[in-house]
Amino acid sequence: VSADLILLALADGFSYAGLLFLVALGLTLIFGVLNILNVAHGSLYAFGGYSAATLVIWSLKGGQASSALLLACLFAAALVVGIVLGLALELGLLRRVQDKDPVVQLLITFAAFMILEDLLRLAFGTQPYSASEVVTRLGTVDVFGVTYTNYQLFLIPGVALVAYGALQYFLRATRVGKQIVAATHNAEVATAMGINARRIRLVTFLLGAVLGALGGALAAPTTSLVPGVGTDMIVLSFAVIATAGLGQITGALIAALMIGLARSIAVYTIPELEVVVPYLIMVLVLLVRPYGLFTVAKARKI
Amino acid sequence: MVRTIAIGGVAACLVLGLLFPWIKTPVIVGLCYALAALGVGVLMRAGQVSFGHAMYACIAGYTVAFLGRRFPGADALLLLVAGVGMSVIAGAIIGVFVVRYREIFFGMLNLALSMVLFSLLGKFYEVTGGTDGLRIERPTLAGVVFERAGFETALLVVALVLAILLGWAVQRYYHSAAGEALAGVKTNETRLEYLGLSSQRILWNGYVLSAGLVGLSGALIALLQGLVTPESGYWLRSGEYVFIAILGGAAHALGAFMGAFLFELIKLVAAAYLTGIWQLLLGVTLIIVILLAPGGLTGLLLARRERERGGAALEEPVRVTGEG
Repeated sequence: VSADLILLALADGFSYAGLLFLVALGLTLIFGVLNILNVAHGSLYAFGGYSAATLVIWSLKGGQASSALLLACLFAAALVVGIVLGLALELGLLRRVQDKDPVVQLLITFAAFMILEDLLRLAFGTQPYSASEVVTRLGTVDVFGVTYTNYQLFLIPGVALVAYGALQYFLRATRVGKQIVAATHNAEVATAMGINARRIRLVTFLLGAVLGALGGALAAPTTSLVPGVGTDMIVLSFAVIATAGLGQITGALIAALMIGLARSIAVYTIPELEVVVPYLIMVLVLLVRPYGLFTVAKARKI
Repeated sequence: MVRTIAIGGVAACLVLGLLFPWIKTPVIVGLCYALAALGVGVLMRAGQVSFGHAMYACIAGYTVAFLGRRFPGADALLLLVAGVGMSVIAGAIIGVFVVRYREIFFGMLNLALSMVLFSLLGKFYEVTGGTDGLRIERPTLAGVVFERAGFETALLVVALVLAILLGWAVQRYYHSAAGEALAGVKTNETRLEYLGLSSQRILWNGYVLSAGLVGLSGALIALLQGLVTPESGYWLRSGEYVFIAILGGAAHALGAFMGAFLFELIKLVAAAYLTGIWQLLLGVTLIIVILLAPGGLTGLLLARRERERGGAALEEPVRVTGEG
């Protein structure tokens, strides 16, 4: 393996880890407050991606679209998809089952996922979508003799880090953020302290949904979207948050980096194992630490 | 009531299968799905949902394919036994690892393992035939050489006999000491351990049983179709098994069969009238069942039986949904 290849794998890995982190962040945030593993998160990713690609293609048809406008398309698509689908899912479904078994809640999101997958196919058809123009616009950069696109090297990891920083600030320094932290810690006590748990659940779900859709929107320019992208992503981002420990935000960042880098190194060295590597890491971690790398021990309830 | 439905179902399968040859394959496939859902239902009894159990169907299917190709004279029944044996062995080994986890971790670890198997089968083309899968020549069944139609009829009979035996056996298991302990894993594990029982051991037993049942279904389908592909281990397939088990409810072993019947019905209707929105239909049904009939079809059935007895039910139906 040459040095060039390692550099390429590293850059690839960072960009991939960025996307993975955004999606996993939404998933782990939702899990923290609602205690639901939202399987429909994969659909949010897919819808975000398809809508972003469609929006970019539209604005290119209009003639002179600036790079800034194209980038704005990506974020706007994520915002709209996240809020619309997030509202529908939380108000229409999750709210109704919030007192039921975790297994039932998991299955409700699974059902939502099945419905959304078909709706996606009905809305966008089965032909592949891409918005690669955005990548071309942002140009390339040479790092130690390896040419790489600015979009993947700077934009994606940059957005991921900004999202991480902004979220940490939001959770620690704002009123709503602190309420979310309290609800994550203990929903019952938080309610007793006068926190509107319903509102917090909704806000958290919308935030997580937008992050999931943003992951898809940012992936749209670099990959070609086909039916089933959401499926792979939900399983993969679960691997990330399970490795990190459910509800762990900083942990998710580290786990996303681990899995993203390992996967891209596998792509360049042992391509057959590319798909398997994330799960292997997860299984190995869980063998040693059954509830993830960064989970704090919990008291047993009798 | 339960007995009437069971006998009626068996008779309907036989009569429909023999009178209308085109319906034979859906009936066998339905029975196979029911067997798999029966296996998934065993774990649901313990409050655990596996999103990766199709891997055992896949393991059994590929075992049948490998052996069938390696030893062309091998009998179908022998292949079935080998397939089930292999999935039981795999379940026993994987079980040791996964029974340490509960709920979401349990479900998703199974999912992750099935994804590993799925992608490996797709990648190692020389051994597994890649995504095209492996063909299986039609073997002899109990020493008899069959034509296609005869082979399917024979498989229908085999599947029906197995379904009756296993449905009965699983129901017996539910009410045995081991089965009641399994339900205890769902209700309260700590109390179970205070009784001196190992909840991991109990769950492991259930896990191996469920792996064997799903394996049997996979081996049967492989024989029926004469083909096994990685798709048989894809997680959406596992999701369908879970779906059927929920639809039927975990209150009675019969649930898996009723669920599978409804599932096949939806599938036939969707294929005929609503192509392209098959998953949507499943999703909507699942939501309706969860919101309106959380105990599934058998939950409704047993609730009715209870009412008829004037509320003095001898046994509390175990529901998929607990009080929280």
